[in-house]
Amino acid sequence: MYRSHVLVCGGTGCTSSGSQRIIETLKSELARQGLQDEVAVVQTGCHGLCAMGPIMVVYPEAVFYAMVSEDDVPEIVSEHLLKGRVVTRLVYEEATGEDGAIKSLKDTDFYSKQTRVALRNCGVINPEDIDEYIGTGGYEALGKVLTEMTPDDVIQTILDSGLRGRGGAGFPTGLKWRFASGNRGNVQKYVCCNADEGDPGAFMDRSVLEGDPHVVLEAMAIAGYAIGASQGYIYVRAEYPIAVDRLRIAIRQAREYGLLGKNIFDSGFDFDIDLRLGAGAFVCGEETALMTSIEGNRGEPRPRPPFPAVKGLFGKPTILNNVETYANIPQIILRGADWFASMGTEKSKGTKVFALGGKINNTGLVEIPMGTTLRTVVEEIGGGIPNGKKFKAAQTGGPSGGCIPAEHFDIPIDYDNLISIGSMMGSGGLIVMDEDTCMVDIAKFFLEFTVDESCGKCTPCRVGTKRMYEILDKITKGEGTMEDLDKLEELAYYIKENSLCGLGQTAPNPVLSTLRYFKDEYIAHVVDKRCPAGVCKDLLSYRIDADKCRGCTLCSRVCPAGAIEGKVKEPHMIHQDKCLKCGACMEKCRFGAIYKE
Amino acid sequence: MKSLEELKAIRERMQGKVGLRSESEDQTRVIVGMATCGIASGARPVLNTLAEEVQKKGLKNVMVTQTGCIGLCQYEPIVEVMEPGKEKVTYIKMNPDKAKEIVDRHLIRGHVVTEYTLNETNL
Repeated sequence: MYRSHVLVCGGTGCTSSGSQRIIETLKSELARQGLQDEVAVVQTGCHGLCAMGPIMVVYPEAVFYAMVSEDDVPEIVSEHLLKGRVVTRLVYEEATGEDGAIKSLKDTDFYSKQTRVALRNCGVINPEDIDEYIGTGGYEALGKVLTEMTPDDVIQTILDSGLRGRGGAGFPTGLKWRFASGNRGNVQKYVCCNADEGDPGAFMDRSVLEGDPHVVLEAMAIAGYAIGASQGYIYVRAEYPIAVDRLRIAIRQAREYGLLGKNIFDSGFDFDIDLRLGAGAFVCGEETALMTSIEGNRGEPRPRPPFPAVKGLFGKPTILNNVETYANIPQIILRGADWFASMGTEKSKGTKVFALGGKINNTGLVEIPMGTTLRTVVEEIGGGIPNGKKFKAAQTGGPSGGCIPAEHFDIPIDYDNLISIGSMMGSGGLIVMDEDTCMVDIAKFFLEFTVDESCGKCTPCRVGTKRMYEILDKITKGEGTMEDLDKLEELAYYIKENSLCGLGQTAPNPVLSTLRYFKDEYIAHVVDKRCPAGVCKDLLSYRIDADKCRGCTLCSRVCPAGAIEGKVKEPHMIHQDKCLKCGACMEKCRFGAIYKE
Repeated sequence: MKSLEELKAIRERMQGKVGLRSESEDQTRVIVGMATCGIASGARPVLNTLAEEVQKKGLKNVMVTQTGCIGLCQYEPIVEVMEPGKEKVTYIKMNPDKAKEIVDRHLIRGHVVTEYTLNETNL
């Protein structure tokens, strides 16, 4: 029996900032001070506040330590864990009140606006211990469906809840299940989990797998019962080693407990799950390409129809859902469709996890009810934009999505609203951009990504995205013409209409949405040959203001190209032909004498 | 595992453990003085006994934690019980057996164990 639990985040973010070493030090320090039988060390999944990692939470007091280092561990052990004196200097700043008292985490801006359903157990339980999952109500939903509900009841409950696919397109999950539910017991069917999270900046699926892998297994078994499948596959990318590890452990434990395998809960229902590792191709997140890859072939999409519900994996009826979608299922079963449908907006129910990234203070994972405004997410939960810069746009939906400009800052986020303003939910990556971001450059970045990731099977996507990229490149170099802008738009619509799969059909979105909201920036690049945000290197030059320059020579010493000349105590100058436009001089100048134009 | 009963048994066994990590507003806080004076007079076994009993008895709304020196070193080990909306109760000169009594009589049945409390005659 332990009187205190110390939770250390073992998600990818905190692991890369050294949480494993902290766990080891903590264990040895506890042993050294003779507390190993009183204080338990628990490695958990992601807490969401990745910007503040490595994170440590001490229960029962729920003291939230941020940015803990190995050197802090002895002090935490001797002061807090032994004597009960909280080490205030390490407590997350937001969790300390003005009077120095420790606030509950639930009262901080970051957590108070969140509602955690899919992330319920992340950062709370040890993902490598099935007993802890069961301790928070795990596998009860599976028990309930197998003993009290018919497969059709299950599908009806999911339909009534209004749950829509969290992977991007937002298709109603219950409908998907119903389409695959015919002819139960007579045909082989499959349940697949799409854990091939590929959008740059999205990491919620990884965090669920790392923090709560059993919830996915349980939900897949429920889906298997609903449609009459006995085998499931999780397609996860090999670049997620921690997630893969924990899934393997979870599957082994579930089999040992008989929660996967034959005759689960003595109901006669058999279900097992295997892992398939993907090599990290973006296109394999597309459902037909994913299944082709599981079959052992090159991951290329195939035309639909036939849809997977009719002819999917190995030609059999298959349902494919995303990790976050599955993470909602057990709670819907246990707490009812009405509970789930009470959250969110009219057509988008429940909550959505967003991965906050880019120019924002609280980088990390947040789960909010659908319909929360972008302003709340960015300013309140995300803690605003660093260095007092102005919000310019938010990019959602990754390479398939678009930019939401400041004029739509107060739009409630849900599937339909995002589409109506030219973006999309996508998997929930939310990249915040400030005034220093060039929108043409952003469009180019995403196009470069899709050019790289296009599988090459169909021509519009293979050749079209490449041509679009070339035009964008031309514009950022100041060589674009107004006709190029028209051509870009025409090409974008052509690719959208004619590509085989979702990758190509959505690839032009970043360009279309930036053209829609930031056309003036494109025009500035084309007509004035100027990059308003000062990002496109070919369109800007660094200069020295002779009145401000004191001739300290610092800039000429840091210049890697030797492009700055000048005598001591005399104004310097930059040779434009040699300048690499790296900005090192401007960063170092103490007198603000260097500017770009 | 073949039955829901077995699942339930694991859940109940684990709830005391995982329940330690829940936060609720109306929690009763049991605080043990764990400064040098407290530790020297035997606060650690008291703390551990309290934590163990609370988990064993499955008391969901009770949090057992430590604090530093309260300033009454001669009365250590000291245990304070803070129930929402009630006056703080201070128990003095505790030991593991008395701690068990407090869990039984005060935390479960709701009667303050006046024999062990700090009162005017002590001060």
